[in-house]
Amino acid sequence: MRTRSVALAVAWRNLHNFFTNPALVVPALLFPLFFFTAFAGGLSGISNAPGFDFPDGYTAFQFVFVLLQASAFGGVFTGFAIARDFEAGFGRRLMLAAPRRSAIVAGYALAALTRAVFVWAMLTVIALAVGMQVSGSVRDLAGLYLLAALTCLAAVLYATGIALRFRSLQAGPLMQTPTFLVLFLVPVYVPIELLTGWVEAAAHLNPVTPMVEAGRDLISGGSVHVLLAYGCGLGLVLAFSVWALGGLRSAEAAGG
Amino acid sequence: MSRATRIQVAELARRSIVRTLRQPAQVVPTIIFPLALLSVNVGGLHPATALPGFPTDSYLSFLIAVPFIQAAIFAVNNGGADLARDIETGFFDRLALTPMSGTALVMAQLAGVVVLGVIQGSIYLLVGVTFGASFDAGAAGVLVLLALVLLIMFAFGCIGLFFAFRTGSSEAVQGLFPVLFVFLFLSSQALPRDLLEQDWFRTIATYNPVSYLIEGIRSLFIIGWDPEALALAFGCAAGIGTIFLTLAVGSLRTRLTRT
Repeated sequence: MRTRSVALAVAWRNLHNFFTNPALVVPALLFPLFFFTAFAGGLSGISNAPGFDFPDGYTAFQFVFVLLQASAFGGVFTGFAIARDFEAGFGRRLMLAAPRRSAIVAGYALAALTRAVFVWAMLTVIALAVGMQVSGSVRDLAGLYLLAALTCLAAVLYATGIALRFRSLQAGPLMQTPTFLVLFLVPVYVPIELLTGWVEAAAHLNPVTPMVEAGRDLISGGSVHVLLAYGCGLGLVLAFSVWALGGLRSAEAAGG
Repeated sequence: MSRATRIQVAELARRSIVRTLRQPAQVVPTIIFPLALLSVNVGGLHPATALPGFPTDSYLSFLIAVPFIQAAIFAVNNGGADLARDIETGFFDRLALTPMSGTALVMAQLAGVVVLGVIQGSIYLLVGVTFGASFDAGAAGVLVLLALVLLIMFAFGCIGLFFAFRTGSSEAVQGLFPVLFVFLFLSSQALPRDLLEQDWFRTIATYNPVSYLIEGIRSLFIIGWDPEALALAFGCAAGIGTIFLTLAVGSLRTRLTRT
């Protein structure tokens, strides 16, 4: 009970800060919209390349990537908030007050998910408004958003691990840059069969690739490698949970 | 320009160059980041060369123009943030007490980013050609490319200076980075304008001067000598430079009046 109330209080505080500060809300909304516009609008001609056979059009193809990317960056931006809280000394007071400190991590993760839902809603409405084609069923779409939720959780737990170890906003690039690189080493613009060079090899090894591909299959109503995609998502969440809790131990050892 | 002013401008320019090149955080990422993005995007977007009407069969040759513009965007940040820091620390107020003209004072501040830009341009060209990009304009084209890069760096540097004078805050200048990236993404950077399918996107790319800067540089790699593309690129760069230099000098006067 106390664990839940701590998690909810941390989440509420983070969400309150987020939604009442335009400097935080506006980039969180503009960032995915900008990528969606630039990719779906500017690169749609590439869907005419030989071998590109995604049935629902380039807008839906890019929507899935941008949805997962926005989810991941929602998690990273929450990591910035954690670093700021600890840099300002609020984290230390929070750790003194919480009977079970893992609830603090859970609270931030809950905030990241709620922020992501807000971005998903806006992105989906805009994508549908510009004529995105969706052939998947409601259940398929629920599966797509579940993948996005796993991406968001994995990212926020990774960023939490960094934030709690460094307890400074100066660690921001350590949260942002690897996330950015991993996301761009999936089949962003074309299906994986059309990739060339080292990017193709990297995409095959990247655990986010099956999640992106499954998302695209779900939106177009195709057959999905459920076990592989959700297995990768859950695996990332579990691995980064351990990483985040390790960060918590590090913050505890340093006295917050 | 009097001899004394020449000496002052030269000293200020030297300070700008040394200051820029002495900061690895200003040099290394501006070389590595555009090349890393180039490498990833070439692997991802290579199938575009199979589109009917695509001007080359090497996507690297097509995309190599983009790092030059990314470097220019870094020039906005670096040049602007350095000046803003001078304003924040009060150094600029002391400098403004000297009898230098406003234009000379502003232009000397850009020496660092312009020199860095030429170094970046040379590295991008070298890396591109080493990894198989064609450079159809030949040896004379290298000089034209570097001249264009120099002008673009100067023009974008003026944008940074203008915002530094207006805001006096290095944090505010850093905030320009994503805004300028929007201009890059909404241009003909990834596909030629005639292959952009969406009409609204093609319209934006057509009115976006960044498209012409990219197309000018690109023409040297994949066409050879295209007078129209080069004239448009030099014209756009000179236009941006003139507008923002004028605005920067105007903002300098306003700032000095306030001081």
